[in-house]
Amino acid sequence: MDDLYREQIIERYKNPLHRGVLDPHDITYEDDNPLCGDRIRIDLRIGADDIVTEAAFSGQGCSISQASADLLIETIIGKSLDDVRAMGKDDILDLLGIELGPVRLKCALLSLKVVKAGVYGLAAGEAGDEIVEA
Amino acid sequence: MTILHPELLLDIEKIRGDFPVLSREVRPGVPLVYLDSTATSQKPRQVLAAMDDYYMHHNANIHRGIHTLAEEATAAYEAARERIAAFIGAAEPAEVVFTRNTTESINLVSNAWGRANLKPGDRIVLTEMEHHSNLVPWQIIAAQTGAVIEYISVTETGELELESYHRLLARSPKIVAFTHMSNVVGTINPAREIIRLAHEAGALTVVDAAQSVPHFKVDVVDLDADFYAFSSHKMCGPTGIGALYGKRHLLEAMPPFLGGGEMIKRVWLDGFTPNDVPHKFEAGTPAIAEAVGFGAAVDYLSEVGMDRIAAHEHAMTAYAMERLEEVPGVWIFGPQADKKGGVVAFTFAGVHAHDVSEVLDRHGVAVRAGHHCAMPLHEKFSVPATARASFYLYNTYAEIDKLVEAVYEVKTIFGD
Repeated sequence: MDDLYREQIIERYKNPLHRGVLDPHDITYEDDNPLCGDRIRIDLRIGADDIVTEAAFSGQGCSISQASADLLIETIIGKSLDDVRAMGKDDILDLLGIELGPVRLKCALLSLKVVKAGVYGLAAGEAGDEIVEA
Repeated sequence: MTILHPELLLDIEKIRGDFPVLSREVRPGVPLVYLDSTATSQKPRQVLAAMDDYYMHHNANIHRGIHTLAEEATAAYEAARERIAAFIGAAEPAEVVFTRNTTESINLVSNAWGRANLKPGDRIVLTEMEHHSNLVPWQIIAAQTGAVIEYISVTETGELELESYHRLLARSPKIVAFTHMSNVVGTINPAREIIRLAHEAGALTVVDAAQSVPHFKVDVVDLDADFYAFSSHKMCGPTGIGALYGKRHLLEAMPPFLGGGEMIKRVWLDGFTPNDVPHKFEAGTPAIAEAVGFGAAVDYLSEVGMDRIAAHEHAMTAYAMERLEEVPGVWIFGPQADKKGGVVAFTFAGVHAHDVSEVLDRHGVAVRAGHHCAMPLHEKFSVPATARASFYLYNTYAEIDKLVEAVYEVKTIFGD
């Protein structure tokens, strides 16, 4: 099997550990990639010192978009909002551990875009692609 | 497998030998299986050689100069126009305007014809299966002129609902714009009939022929099309050039599209007079080498024979659909093979089109994944994206087997 479908991605896609909806939540945001129909929503609960205490994602889409969401959610639990704001494209690529062409890169970055937009308090539909830069 | 009459058989080996790119590997040991001709076709040596020959021996600017090279370049450019006009059955070469591509051709009509003729409340009839190129230009001109757009519905099987067309015609639209062959569901629409009905209702017709001209023989006079738009790069020619066929009296009545050199007769400080058709719509130095390549592509296709090409594609499509339907989880969009050209858009249950496309690429199989510039059609079918395999004169049954093998692999990787 080729590197792109390294076991982790397929595993996370088929059996995500952090899929769900948090209710109540402190932060929620959702966005999609109209080019292909990938859609991600994230819910966060924030505790003392602005630390992410709980997080979950929901949505639908390709294996890369969903797996990267699962991995990202796992990473941000326990992080401060400042840490989250400092995250960028390279963090996602490190989590996935594979190289991606420009089209699939968009799939991979959708969850980061949604998380950062939520943390920055943007209004629905306001998030631009540049937000994934660290 | 369809058994074709011997007269319709293509010499596939020879044809594939004409296309250099088909012998490449996409990764070591993995040969290219190119099933994305609907996006763009591959080019035969003959087309490449014609363009090289032009640049190496005949390059000059056209229509102006009197020196030898200028005359040769002009002759080459106009000869290409003549052969393209003959290829589509136009009455005369002056009815073929060179443009950049189908999209620009349609924009030419929507702007030049549309702005001069559309008034608030005028109706434009489109279909739900249109490519964005035959949708967005009309949305733009409708917003600018106050015209309104109405849509012929598409059925579950990806065909036009002619009932809804009759209802829309009763409201006296000015324009009916539709695709001759869908780039997603492959449906070959009954163009002659659609045009006849449009004319009866007093409407002009604009046909998106991007997929029809490359894949089967067309005759614009027999169709009685008012405007017919197509691209070189989808029919074995280079990118950067396309054509708009328009009936002479319509082109003559239209104001210019782009202004500049070439499209004028005379210019003063305070005005200009436009050139005759088709030059009126060809502002600036055109893609001369590309026009030569376009002409060479038409020669190549003519020599292979459009009837043979169409028959070959129909046989491939029938075979592909039969084989793909065997794979559990595959759902194919569009009508039965006899109503469509060589395009098969499909989904795989529970697997996103991107993932399907990626796995196929590992096998060297090139298909397209997404909405194929037809978002409204995908919304109609309630799918975010489809994978699309398309066939042309250089594809083989073995390549379809490879496609199916790769689709089984998708099942293996993503199945439960």
